[in-house]
Amino acid sequence: MIAFLRNTWRGLTSMRTALILLFLLALAAMPGALLPQRDLNAGAVEDYIAANGWWGRLLDRLGFFDVYASVWFSAIYLLLFVSLIGCLVPRTFEYAKALRGKPVLTPRNLARLPHHREGRTDAGVTEVMAGARRRLRGWRLTEREEDDGARSISAERGYLRETGNLVFHFAMLGLIGALALGKMYQYEGQVIVLADGSEFCNSGTYAYDSFQPGLRVDGTDLTQFCVRVNDFTANFLPSGAADYFRADIEYQTGEDLETGTWRPYALEVNDPLRIAGDRVYLLGNGYAPTFTVTFPNGEQRTQTIQWRPVDLQTYLSEGATKFDPPGITDPAERREKQIAVTGLFAPTAVLQGNVLASAFPEARDPAVAVDVMRGDLGTNSGRGQSIFEIDQRMVDQGRLERVARENLRPGEEIRLDDGTVVHFDGVERFAYLQVSHDPTQVWVLGFAVALVLGLVTSLTIKRRRVWVRATPITDDDGTGRTVVVLGGLARTDQAGYGEEFGRIADDLLEPEPEDAERVPAGRET
Amino acid sequence: MPVDETLSTYSDWCYGSAVGVYVLAMLFSLVDQAFGRHGTRQAERTERTRELVGAGAPVEPPEPPERPEPATSGRAERARRFGRMAVALTVLGVGLHVAALVLRGFATGRVPWSNMYEYGATLCLAAVITWLVILRRFAIQHLSVWVLLPVIVLMFLGGVVLYTEAAPVQPALQSYWLVIHVVSIALGSGMVLVPGVVSVLYLIKVRKPEWAGRLPAADVLDQVAYRTTVFAFPIYTAGVIFGAIWAESAWGRFWGWDPKEVVAFVAWIVYAAYLHSRATAGWRGGRAAAINILGAAVMVFNLFFINLVVAGLHSYANG
Repeated sequence: MIAFLRNTWRGLTSMRTALILLFLLALAAMPGALLPQRDLNAGAVEDYIAANGWWGRLLDRLGFFDVYASVWFSAIYLLLFVSLIGCLVPRTFEYAKALRGKPVLTPRNLARLPHHREGRTDAGVTEVMAGARRRLRGWRLTEREEDDGARSISAERGYLRETGNLVFHFAMLGLIGALALGKMYQYEGQVIVLADGSEFCNSGTYAYDSFQPGLRVDGTDLTQFCVRVNDFTANFLPSGAADYFRADIEYQTGEDLETGTWRPYALEVNDPLRIAGDRVYLLGNGYAPTFTVTFPNGEQRTQTIQWRPVDLQTYLSEGATKFDPPGITDPAERREKQIAVTGLFAPTAVLQGNVLASAFPEARDPAVAVDVMRGDLGTNSGRGQSIFEIDQRMVDQGRLERVARENLRPGEEIRLDDGTVVHFDGVERFAYLQVSHDPTQVWVLGFAVALVLGLVTSLTIKRRRVWVRATPITDDDGTGRTVVVLGGLARTDQAGYGEEFGRIADDLLEPEPEDAERVPAGRET
Repeated sequence: MPVDETLSTYSDWCYGSAVGVYVLAMLFSLVDQAFGRHGTRQAERTERTRELVGAGAPVEPPEPPERPEPATSGRAERARRFGRMAVALTVLGVGLHVAALVLRGFATGRVPWSNMYEYGATLCLAAVITWLVILRRFAIQHLSVWVLLPVIVLMFLGGVVLYTEAAPVQPALQSYWLVIHVVSIALGSGMVLVPGVVSVLYLIKVRKPEWAGRLPAADVLDQVAYRTTVFAFPIYTAGVIFGAIWAESAWGRFWGWDPKEVVAFVAWIVYAAYLHSRATAGWRGGRAAAINILGAAVMVFNLFFINLVVAGLHSYANG
């Protein structure tokens, strides 16, 4: 049993396994780019499943539309995580030992090493050794006495390579950990606010149009702040392409909430408002037409509801503005008199035949092409419905009927058969805001920076060794000389050590060129 | 900021000329590759010992390698001369290429890598300059044909299919991160195209030596691929991180598994696997080269397929 566990552990932490896991991770991530994903575009996922029948349903059951939350994706990166730890722990110990250790003994035969030079000098052994020590300042070295009066230096350099490598991998662990923590405590919410001085307060999830909480966020303890959108400015190029968006907002947080102080801010794309650990983004914008309905009993209701842009080149928008008849207490009767104004809005209207299109995204000549629906909107059925659409099933069941179809400019109105008047008042801008909260993203950034620094260190620094051996000899003519042999070895597979070794050898063997005879290098790579 | 049509037109001319000059350089290099004497001498195996001036240094055509050449046949010598002319032409092409980008930058009053056409041009420039820097260290200019071929294909596709009129950029791109993020990503992805190509040559050399008589020794190819990858990888990594920082202020989150982000992540993993494979017994050499090729393929896939076919936040093909 223990043997089995040990073998499993060894297998899991081997480089080969890590490599295979890396490939699996890359492979498993790919469907997320090629298939629609629920958290990015839920509608596209539904369309895909509907269009692909059993295949789509199978993919759905296997989690292919939520790749990064799927069991298999998590399994791979958890295994990789464990493998990484298993690799790092022993390496850290080895590293700590290496830091205290001395460079290894000088090999007997330096000529066998990948880098090798040899020369003779008139200088004595002590002098040569002193020169080598001077030249190898900054290297970790030890000097040893050898047989027959020879002495050698063993030097090593580039320990930072392993430091960088470990920093990189630990930063990776930290980054994954910070990401996981972030998934617990982050939240993100989207809300549409009319740019007419309307306010939004981050007081609870109910204030949002949509809200995505982290696993440990229940929506009760959100940061308190309020935002008021006073104005929205957009600038478009003659081609209709967007050039510039700005929401002039005011915000209050902390003490300001009690004192009622509002602070101004120009909210722009790329320039979120950062307050109290939250960020407020300007993610989109659009138009909200205002309709006033005068009911037969004379009562008026006015609503300005955002319609959603369907074409971002022209801001042609669609939507549904829904009205409850006032003064009717009987629910059954009310459900026969509900009114919805639904259709298209064009900021710069062009009529192609009778079909409304938009020529430009600015509100130069706004118009709506609307159906006025009367009957049961289905809003009391308890089912949620989109604010941009009417419930098509109500129409199919004949409970919601079209009573008028008309193109309207601001100031124009439709009179229905029962005397109800639908008046198109004008149009307001809205800002689409997102509030994001992620307490660990600063940590993620810190780890990412450490990761790059570690990576650069580990890829640029070479762990390399050089050995110098000086042996006294007596020449044929009887004078004492010294044979200097150098050997070099780059411990990692990165080449390019040849040049540095060459310079060291030059400096040691040829202080004055005629002093030493040069033996050509064996192999230099 | 209105677009200066004149400058924009000059920029287009420069772009076209650059492609033309690259084609010429490729043909000249092909002559060298086909008729020069290569891969036979020991001298080719050793890297040049001349100091590398540094990546930022002005690029000049490398001097003809000084090696004691035995009396080669006249034909081989003429072919060599073509090879040297190919390098000179490549340098000229780079000059035109740079001019095309600079002029477009002045025409639009913004950085010239803000849509697919411009980004592709920047990326290709990074690839060609990388190759010229490599040539200063390794006497392998007869391989230029293999590097220039994909560059020319990419630039041709960029100029014909992806061409976009000079125009200002949408609000999401109006940020200084456009300079930092896109430059680092274009540099990183452009640079790794070269080791991708060289790794293909390595595989041919190792697996089908009978086809590869005119290629340099396998360890030279391996060195070129490895060193270039190792230089490009941290730049690419930093580029992805810069992208995340930018995404945090533009899109409301630093990482959201947008298709482009996914494939950037996949490419990163593949290159991480490449680096690990070189430290794993049984994976060095052929397998590592195959992984490097896969990495370059993922990069190209990310450039074309993801931007043009898959809809995502990075779809800037039209401005």
